Amino acid sequence: MEGILEFWNMIWPELGKGLLTTLQISVVALSLGLLTGIPAALARVYGPAWLRWLATAYIELFRGTPLLVQLFVIYYGLPDIARLLESMGMSGQFLVLDRMVAAYIALGLNSGAYQAEYFRSAIQAINVGQIMAARALGMSQLQAIINIVLPQSVRLAIPAWSNEVAYMVKYTSVVFIISVPDLLARGQFIISKYYNPMEILITVGIIYLIVVLGIATGMGKLEEKLRIPGLEIEAKRV
Amino acid sequence: MDKLPDIINSIPYLLQGALLTIAVTVLSLLTGFVIGLPLALMRVYGGKFSAKFAATYSTVMRGLPSLVVLFILFYGMAAFISLPAFVAGCIALGFCSSAYQMELLRGAIQSVGAGQMMAARALGMSRLQAIMSIILPQALRLAIPSWSNEAAVVLKDSSLIYSVGLAELLRRSQQVAARTYQSFIVYSICALIYFLLTFVTNRGLDHAERVFRLPTPLEEH
Amino acid sequence: MSKAIVRVENLHKAYGSTEVLTGVSLEVAEGEVLVVIGPSGTGKSTMLRCINLLTFPDAGHIWVAGDEITAPGANVNHIRERVGMVFQDFNLFNHLTALKNVMIALLKVKKMPEEKARELAMFELERVGLEDKADLYPAQLSGGQKQRVAIARALALDPLVMLFDEPTSALDPELIGEVLDVMKDLARDGMTMIVVTHEMGFAREVSTRMIFMEKGVIAEEGPTQEMFYNPQHPRTQQFLGKITELYGHKKDEA
Repeated sequence: MEGILEFWNMIWPELGKGLLTTLQISVVALSLGLLTGIPAALARVYGPAWLRWLATAYIELFRGTPLLVQLFVIYYGLPDIARLLESMGMSGQFLVLDRMVAAYIALGLNSGAYQAEYFRSAIQAINVGQIMAARALGMSQLQAIINIVLPQSVRLAIPAWSNEVAYMVKYTSVVFIISVPDLLARGQFIISKYYNPMEILITVGIIYLIVVLGIATGMGKLEEKLRIPGLEIEAKRV
Repeated sequence: MDKLPDIINSIPYLLQGALLTIAVTVLSLLTGFVIGLPLALMRVYGGKFSAKFAATYSTVMRGLPSLVVLFILFYGMAAFISLPAFVAGCIALGFCSSAYQMELLRGAIQSVGAGQMMAARALGMSRLQAIMSIILPQALRLAIPSWSNEAAVVLKDSSLIYSVGLAELLRRSQQVAARTYQSFIVYSICALIYFLLTFVTNRGLDHAERVFRLPTPLEEH
Repeated sequence: MSKAIVRVENLHKAYGSTEVLTGVSLEVAEGEVLVVIGPSGTGKSTMLRCINLLTFPDAGHIWVAGDEITAPGANVNHIRERVGMVFQDFNLFNHLTALKNVMIALLKVKKMPEEKARELAMFELERVGLEDKADLYPAQLSGGQKQRVAIARALALDPLVMLFDEPTSALDPELIGEVLDVMKDLARDGMTMIVVTHEMGFAREVSTRMIFMEKGVIAEEGPTQEMFYNPQHPRTQQFLGKITELYGHKKDEA
């Protein structure tokens, strides 16, 4: 027992810091994903042809390629464009991203594409009669979308959204590959110091598991709280 | 841009990596199916203990990042048995996928309906016979669309095996990028290949779904 | 004759190559209850939707209370506030309680303060006899109750005219009566109404005038009594005969 406690005291300061980074990236990426996902979904459903096309291209591109590759294009690839811009006499430094920022953007855009699809299917699950009735009461198209369609689709999207939260927490672990000091990276660091990979990796796994299950429980509670009779839909990350 | 010929000459090298990516994907999916199907049956038809076991397995595996499972198999197991990156990768992704495949197969089995099982039992079939000849032929058809999504997920996740040094598509892209100093172009080509692979996977399985689909009853209204 | 609340002149509407309305003209005076009957697919609903511009006519003119709403630059949302509409399938907002359903347009369109909107919405719910259901969501209401909330929602905007698009067609027979009762009360209070319905009992009891539409035009129109007991057009006779056979006498009791 004492041995376990000692082991824990040895690794926790490091893993705790990593966990904070992991959560921080998850929160930023999910928020960024929400900010890109909802407009992309609205654009894909209600936008004019060119905007629909643009939204579809964004969504399909990010859902059709691995997150890790997206991360590499953004972190290693964009500096190439910066060099190109500079060779043409323009400033390109803004494209050379800090690894943390690259992680935010890659995971945020990735999540945004998936969130867009959840919101799209939620929006499309809403009967056209709802908009017609809103228009009949004198609301503009925009008012109808904001007051009637969005509140309903956001509720419909909550189950899918809570899956997305769990996915994001798990998938943040890829940022370790560009040396962001997240939970997994801190674990690897301890392994390189003490060389006991099995114990550390399993501990890291358990921490992820607890966080993911905790989130699932929390989101389930939220779902219950926001539940409206007759407004339900099933969805998952596809 | 003087690196362009070099990059173009590297494309066959990347495509060989894509073959390895496909191999990992197929083997992982198969591993996942072989583990996931019995678990799904246990979850639906099993006794209290086996149903609980299957449910717990699913929760735990779906709560772990694939990368952590991969590292446990590759680095963690190294003290006991040294697995090649390819094998560790297929087993890790297979384990992760098995939990998702279990869930999608469970959904498919449940949507076949209890009446089918009852009717089969009424004809004198054993439970196993009923599952094999009545339930599964229907459930597997129903599972194809979700399975198509899962195939795309595993295909994309196969890029994680990059991190243990397997020379699959992403690792080879990284090698070419490092040699040519053209990360943006090379990784974009890499992304494009992945995109085409997921596209073909989805289309192919959509087609399979149509081929195997049972005649549907006339739609109401 | 008192002033016309709705005037429609030579309305045309086609969907692709299918012509739905081919020259409809009518006038509805203040306090009148006009019942529109006719086989399905003859443009009854399309005509109603044109009157609050949910569907824009291809040709023709519409006036509401003397203003031409089909004029270029007319404020569409403002027109819709003054023309209440009740749909066949209710279209209550699923994420809002009965009370909030009635309040939302008051808040967002009329920009009424919350308290005042709540008070008015409660009043309208009382008017349709649903004050005790104010906090229930649409999924918790019966079809008849949903339709009554939908009526209250339209009434809250204080419209000049109410359009009813087959308001009881989606209801189970035993729920039709409560909705018709609310509509009868409205008519008695002097509301101008245009009602597309197959409820002949309601038509006979409440309406002042009837229109028989067929193939995108008004085939016959006249005072209700005349239409019922002395229809001129053979198709009107045929249709009335069939519909009374189908829906007939039971509805007379309602």
